Amino acid sequence: MSDPLLRLSGLEPFVLTKDIPFVNVGERTNVTGSAKFRKLITNRDYATALDVARDQVENGAQIIDINMDEGLIDSKQAMIDFLNLVAAEPDIARVPVMIDSSKWEVIEAGLQCVQGKPVVNSISLKEGEEAFVHHASLCLAYGAAVVVMAFDEQGQADSFERKTEICARAYKILTEQVGFPPEDIIFDPNVFAVATGIEEHDNYGVDFIEATRWIRQNLPHCHISGGVSNLSFSFRGNEPVREAMHAVFLYHAIKVGMDMGIVNAGQLAVYDQIDPDLREACEDVVLNRTPANGGNATENLLDIAERYKGDKREEKKRDLAWREWPVEKRLEHALVNGITEFVEEDTEAARVAAEKPLDVIEGPLMAGMNVVGDLFGAGKMFLPQVVKSARVMKQAVGVLLPYMEAEKEGRRESAGRVLMATVKGDVHDIGKNIVGVVLACNNYEIIDLGVMVPPQKILEEAKAHNVDIIGLSGLITPSLDEMVHLATELEREGFDVPLLIGGATTSKVHTAVKISPQYSKSQAIYVTDASRAVGVVSSLLSKTQKQPYIDGIRAEYSEVAERHERAERAKQRLPLAAARDNAMKIDWSGYTATAPSFTGAKVIEGWDLAEIARYIDWTPFFQTWELKGVYPRILEHEKYGEAARSLFNDAQAMLQRIIGEEWFRPRAVVGFWPANAVGDDIRLFKDDSRSEPLATLHTLRQQTSKRRDSPNVALSDFVAPEGTPDWVGGFVVTAGPEEVAIAERFEKDGDDYGAIMVKALADRYAEAMAEMLHQRVRREHWGYAKDETFEPQELIGEPYDGIRPAPGYPAQPDHTEKRTLFDLLNAEQTTGVELTESMAMWPGSSVSGLYIGHPQAYYFGVAKVERDQVEDYAARKGMDVEEVERWLSPILNYRPGAAAAIAAE
Amino acid sequence: MINFSLPTSDSFKALEAAARERILILDGAMGTMIQTLNMSEEDFTAGGHIHGPGCRHHPSDHPQKGNNDLLVLTQPKAVEDIQLQFALAGADILETNTFSSTTIAQADYGLEGAVHDLNVAGAQVARRAADWAQAKDGRPRFVAGAVGPTNRTASISPDVNDPGYRAVTFDDLRLAYGQQIDGLIEGGSDLILIETIFDTLNAKAAIFAAFESFAKVGRRLPIMISGTITDASGRTLSGQTPTAFWHSVRHARPFTVGLNCALGADAMRPHLSELAGVAETRICAYPNAGLPNAFGQYDEQPEDTASKVEVFAKEGLVNVVGGCCGTTPEHIRAIADHVAAYAPRKPRGAANV
Repeated sequence: MSDPLLRLSGLEPFVLTKDIPFVNVGERTNVTGSAKFRKLITNRDYATALDVARDQVENGAQIIDINMDEGLIDSKQAMIDFLNLVAAEPDIARVPVMIDSSKWEVIEAGLQCVQGKPVVNSISLKEGEEAFVHHASLCLAYGAAVVVMAFDEQGQADSFERKTEICARAYKILTEQVGFPPEDIIFDPNVFAVATGIEEHDNYGVDFIEATRWIRQNLPHCHISGGVSNLSFSFRGNEPVREAMHAVFLYHAIKVGMDMGIVNAGQLAVYDQIDPDLREACEDVVLNRTPANGGNATENLLDIAERYKGDKREEKKRDLAWREWPVEKRLEHALVNGITEFVEEDTEAARVAAEKPLDVIEGPLMAGMNVVGDLFGAGKMFLPQVVKSARVMKQAVGVLLPYMEAEKEGRRESAGRVLMATVKGDVHDIGKNIVGVVLACNNYEIIDLGVMVPPQKILEEAKAHNVDIIGLSGLITPSLDEMVHLATELEREGFDVPLLIGGATTSKVHTAVKISPQYSKSQAIYVTDASRAVGVVSSLLSKTQKQPYIDGIRAEYSEVAERHERAERAKQRLPLAAARDNAMKIDWSGYTATAPSFTGAKVIEGWDLAEIARYIDWTPFFQTWELKGVYPRILEHEKYGEAARSLFNDAQAMLQRIIGEEWFRPRAVVGFWPANAVGDDIRLFKDDSRSEPLATLHTLRQQTSKRRDSPNVALSDFVAPEGTPDWVGGFVVTAGPEEVAIAERFEKDGDDYGAIMVKALADRYAEAMAEMLHQRVRREHWGYAKDETFEPQELIGEPYDGIRPAPGYPAQPDHTEKRTLFDLLNAEQTTGVELTESMAMWPGSSVSGLYIGHPQAYYFGVAKVERDQVEDYAARKGMDVEEVERWLSPILNYRPGAAAAIAAE
Repeated sequence: MINFSLPTSDSFKALEAAARERILILDGAMGTMIQTLNMSEEDFTAGGHIHGPGCRHHPSDHPQKGNNDLLVLTQPKAVEDIQLQFALAGADILETNTFSSTTIAQADYGLEGAVHDLNVAGAQVARRAADWAQAKDGRPRFVAGAVGPTNRTASISPDVNDPGYRAVTFDDLRLAYGQQIDGLIEGGSDLILIETIFDTLNAKAAIFAAFESFAKVGRRLPIMISGTITDASGRTLSGQTPTAFWHSVRHARPFTVGLNCALGADAMRPHLSELAGVAETRICAYPNAGLPNAFGQYDEQPEDTASKVEVFAKEGLVNVVGGCCGTTPEHIRAIADHVAAYAPRKPRGAANV
């Protein structure tokens, strides 16, 4: 009997015979792969969506992949609707469908709509054997072939060993336990991006091809498929190169048995017609070979790729001439260009030539880092590049360390010792880590105490290590107070080392007015960003410059403080009563608020990392790396476009791993409550009868004296007063705590760049989730804007109605309001996000806020408040005035205690 | 939980053994035979006393004339007699009179509540006829629990203006079929015959339901699957070619796959030939006695039908043959005589049958 063949059907049969070397699965009816199709489905333009399917079939697609995994649509219903419509179109329905979803319920709904024999894409051992057997049995009962992903309880297989091991295990279970016909099994051994610049990715192409060969030889009758476009992920935007990579990859994969793939057939280069240079470069990358002229396959392809870019950039030839230079120059070149490829051999060469290993560090390596420092200082290098240089440096030192230990050398002489910490109650450390890396690049020894460091520990460690400088970092406003507190402690303990202040809420004014006066034995200095850190530290540690520098700072700060005082005095603050009289008066008479689809809290599950990624606002990401500009224009920026592009490519490569390997486990909770404004507060009720209060959200009112036409707003102004039904919502989202361990792993491998990158991306994920959830809230959960159709990237401009102000941010600067929000949502239980003593959210990549739906609601800053409001607010909140003053200290327009003193006189 | 490694039922092996020996004979038409009895509303409802095997009373305010399936409760002797006539004429496999015994099809008669009893009784009646015949001539007889297509389509919209609409869903069908098949098995069916399939998605729901029913009783019964091709395009009503149809139902690992009803044996032959060319299992064919005349009656004589069916056997296309609409015990006797000399088709490969 001949080999059993894969047989599928639509209205007509399809048999994968030996004459068919490769089945092209049409990918254009996939919302995750086609923006056009996604838009059509989102807009429910099914007629045109059917045309897309029809075109594919007419153009020769033998199977069409249908995927509706889009967060903003009901994927299950869309799958049902679309398949039912396809069934009514004989010219489409004649081919089999591939029912593609990451959600089983969507797949099952699809299986119930097709009379033919479809392919399910996909099932896997990801959730364990029991779920796998269950899903496979159902596929068999529905009469479907299956794509089985090489994915198990440990994650997605990336190596040859893992791929083959998982596929063999799945095959055994399917054929022996479930009774699945082997010819109906299609393995997807995971196509991953190659040429990402990350060494571990270099062999991904080979791993896939070799796994394919092994599977076809050892697991009879089954088939191999894959999503080919993943391969060239790092060359997005360069279609000629991507097409060539795909063609080369398929050429080799098909030879060893890959017989199916999701490919855009219209955009596939013909292997033989690819420019031989490009083809060879692609082959080197796909097959992980060393190029004929030496060097590195990825860099070689990157260089060649430039030629094929749409715009006519100058041809950039890969130049390995530097390999002929003397070893010191080679090390410098590697450091400046962030090339890790040869650093180990070069360092080793330098070590052999040197008298002792330490000489290599103090000699060529430090010389190279000085060049980096100079270029950075001159604005010719940018932060991401410097962090990459640091990675090269660490690897070089890693080569030398064993010898240094063997020779029992003492600690090398560093330029100085800097202690760094994120203060008590705060969890944010990206900026601190960047400063640490940059300083380390400049030969400073960094003692990093991490996050949430209590003042006592900072003092102890500073003493124990006899540090030269202490650097503090913080992102949330309560951290400002912690810094003031630490300054007084330093003073009390008799320290005389300079104190550096940095982080998002810190400022020169706050440092000058609040911190600097507390620390007279040395000086507190505000550092704007990482690029300034080296200059500040080197001035402070220079014997000759130190005193003049500190004197200069002191003079500057006292002037800043005075100016600030004058400006504050000049600013007229209104008494609270007057501010209230000038509240924003929305006309509620004609207003009917939409009732949310539920009240109370609800956990939102089923977050898809790929989908969230579409909501990422990249501009702040570049800001994190001190590349200031607006995405995507920044990629073409005259000065740092190149650095931005390279950073963006690295981010995309990591993003792909985050998605593919599911690094994060996002969680979210959202709630809505019947609400009415009561004075400056918002009262929440247990139910729609509004008879029993549930909680009160307190808000603060602007007290700045305003022009006549602009109101003194409080958030409560945006909520209807009693008598008019209204609702308020709240949410907490988090990318999950996983980033911490992943960043640690990178750090352990000497890859600070990766560590900072993963944290920066986790932050972007949390923000993107907040944006995505807000849209879902407007469209579904609250549903006051059901027809909203903004694309993710359009949301950045906030074109929609309603706001999501967060406690601790300008519209409600009181962080303690987070407590109420968290209790209402039971957020610590449901999302795992905890509040520190300073009301920072841990893990750091978390976002919370309220939802206010009125179209006239807008973001504003409360700015400074007067004592009358603080006292009134404290009474409303049932808190001591002193406690409120502590939490609001950055926005108090008076010196607490001063009045009490006057009163006592 | 569906299980694909259940042991086969006892009759499974007996049926396989018989099928290896000769071309098996399926019985003829129940519906057209009942029509000849000219029964009244009174006969159909047994004077209003519709009782199931458990003495459950099934009242209904709908007229029941024409609800042939109901006769297994109200006129069981008449049904049993027809089945016995077929058995004695040479049929090895007797179909239960349960073509429309699902909640979906019985909704027209307001007898959804009687569905379980209809199927149990339907199988019991056929079982009695089979046992009688077997006792008489010693030849084993098999009861095929008949599962019809229902009167709704899961992959076609009844509303031309709304092609995405469906009057019935897969799950509606799965549940209705499940209830039917449970009853058929309980009443003593040896196998399940999913027949007159005009929409393959309906059939897939029936297959799914059969898997579930088998899991409940812990054994796998043989499944026979029979589609119907009603127009000159050579496709099912839902648009599939015979090969596409086979690919869609192959996972049932059926004892036979084939065609029934429709336009008569001549028109069936090319499609049957296509099916026999691709299916790795036995082939079954039971055509109508030709095309109906202007009065809806079938004129084709037993000899005519039988000699056309003989062509199937001669060409080595079939393992089971019988008759559909318009075929009488005489037709079945003639068919049995005509195919007796031919060896059964040797199935190509075997889809794990």
